[in-house]
Amino acid sequence: MTSSVGSTTGAAPTAVAGTARATAAPPPRSGRSALRRQERWAGWLFVLPALAILLIFLIVPIGFAFYISLTRWDGLSSPFGGGAKFVGLDNYKNLITVDNLTRQNFATSIRNNVYFVLFVVPLQTGLALGLAVLLNNKFLKGRSFFRTAFFFPSVTSSIATTLVFLFLFSGGGAVNSLLNVVGIRGPNWTADSRGVFHQVLRVFGVTSPPGWTQHQFFNLSWWDWLSGPSIALTVIIILVVWTTSGTFMLMFLAGLQNINEEVLEASEVDGATSWQRFRMVTPMLRPTLILVLTLGLISTWQVFDQIYLTGNNPATITPAYLSYSQSFRNSAFGIGAAIAFLLFGLIIVLAALQRRLVGSGEDD
Amino acid sequence: MTAHDYTPPWRRGLGYLGLILFGLIFIGPFLIQLATSFKTDADAANNSLSLIPHPVSYDAWKRIFGFTDNAGIPFGRWLTNSIIVATLITLGRVFIDSLAGYALARLRFPGRQGVFWSILAVLAVPGAVLLIPRFLVLKELTLFNTYPGMVLPIIADAAGIFLMRQFFLGIPQTMEEAARIDGAGVFRTYWTVILPLARPGLITLTILSFQGSWNEFQLFLVATSDPKYNTLTTGLAKFSSGQLGSGTQYPLTLGAALLSTVPVAIVFFAFQRHFIGGQLSAAVKG
Repeated sequence: MTSSVGSTTGAAPTAVAGTARATAAPPPRSGRSALRRQERWAGWLFVLPALAILLIFLIVPIGFAFYISLTRWDGLSSPFGGGAKFVGLDNYKNLITVDNLTRQNFATSIRNNVYFVLFVVPLQTGLALGLAVLLNNKFLKGRSFFRTAFFFPSVTSSIATTLVFLFLFSGGGAVNSLLNVVGIRGPNWTADSRGVFHQVLRVFGVTSPPGWTQHQFFNLSWWDWLSGPSIALTVIIILVVWTTSGTFMLMFLAGLQNINEEVLEASEVDGATSWQRFRMVTPMLRPTLILVLTLGLISTWQVFDQIYLTGNNPATITPAYLSYSQSFRNSAFGIGAAIAFLLFGLIIVLAALQRRLVGSGEDD
Repeated sequence: MTAHDYTPPWRRGLGYLGLILFGLIFIGPFLIQLATSFKTDADAANNSLSLIPHPVSYDAWKRIFGFTDNAGIPFGRWLTNSIIVATLITLGRVFIDSLAGYALARLRFPGRQGVFWSILAVLAVPGAVLLIPRFLVLKELTLFNTYPGMVLPIIADAAGIFLMRQFFLGIPQTMEEAARIDGAGVFRTYWTVILPLARPGLITLTILSFQGSWNEFQLFLVATSDPKYNTLTTGLAKFSSGQLGSGTQYPLTLGAALLSTVPVAIVFFAFQRHFIGGQLSAAVKG
């Protein structure tokens, strides 16, 4: 096939090929228009496999799933042969307006994820920037070794790293052994559903919820909303910061390398302190910073693998996990799909909002 | 290049202190993982921080490799499945993504802009939203619990297409024109001229595809329920979240987890440049 295509269109130009190349003259018109015609269908032929896969396994299924979110379906019968009962927007209403356990779980998952985002995004961004600045110090030897070490967790499987962290943070695990050395008795991390903010308040003598926090909002009391991440979720926060910082560090390193060396050297001659130079560099890193924050915000709202391994625990569930467990564990695919679409909407809104807020700095 | 080349010793010391501290934080967990896999269950639970197993036990590794009557885990099956699936996905992606990337970079065809924007839109779809859609379509196509069901949904990926498009845009057009003047059609130009020039890009795509499909978890979780299709990721995850009816056998699970990361680790250390380049170009798309 390849050769026949080549020979039919090639018949005319071949004769002049030698001279054309030597003089770098444009190819004869007839050959060029034949090529143009060939390109028209070859282009579609080249993208066809990719388009077919994305259409069949991504775009159309998202449409299916939206339909499922409007039904009650158990995942067993065929959803399009009458197995799924059409219920309109009931699943969405159940999640948002109806006072029941489903809404309570959904609210809990949202609370968990909000705290997850609030902690992970600044921590991973800060750590990544710090590591990049550290590695950018030309006077240090062995920088490429350490760059490799910091980046390595990012390329390994989320399942494998989560298993390691669940072990490190187990009751008698390495982290508690370390804390023991300095005389602190660590909690049974992964099983501890107490909120971190609640624990901090305890230190200041607030041991029971004040009256005003008893009011319910979306089936959770304000006291529960303000709990902070659970101690169990803190483990996942540390784990995710540890696995993602390496990737973001590389982005910051690339950003730092684009900054004019002379500017920095001049400032050093002028006697600027490290902190002053750091302050000077940060605005120049703005495009990278925006990129890292956006990627961080989008990915932290999707945390799933790590949550799956901690089990079905209200202290750690997130919307992505709840969507899965409602569908595949409780056979409530309608509710599960509705959660997925609410999450989808939320991510789109947040990404658009962020683009709007900081978009002006993004024109390179 | 004179005065400011001098760095005071305290700054130097502080720099190395930072490097070593963070080096320990980033690599320490892997060292503990390795040490734990040679411990007994009791030793792992009681001396979890120790890097020296006492006594040294090969029990976990014997169970991983099936050299014991005490039934361990079907590691061989998980490994085989991971190899089969990751190989097929990688080969598929290299072929399909590079074709599409080339067409989007170089071939002029009606609707090209539309196709390009659709692929960018697909990139923006959050993965966590795809759990139910993928299960649905595999069930409808009767691909649930099959190898094709584990491979086809991710055999083309928008990020890979984008990566290849960027790469092809960077190859000088004169090479193609010379080939075409010589009478080669679009296909022959692609196979004989473009692909050999695109080798660095193809290597990057191969590595990222292998890493992605080897570590893939969510698709395999919703595409299969039969344990015989478990890969290293789904097998380990189901085993340790208690579905296969086991306790917390840390030396066994951590040993298996360690072994499952070895292939990606080897590829990573051998082709680190490509990982870094790939990460950065993947970032540009965001």
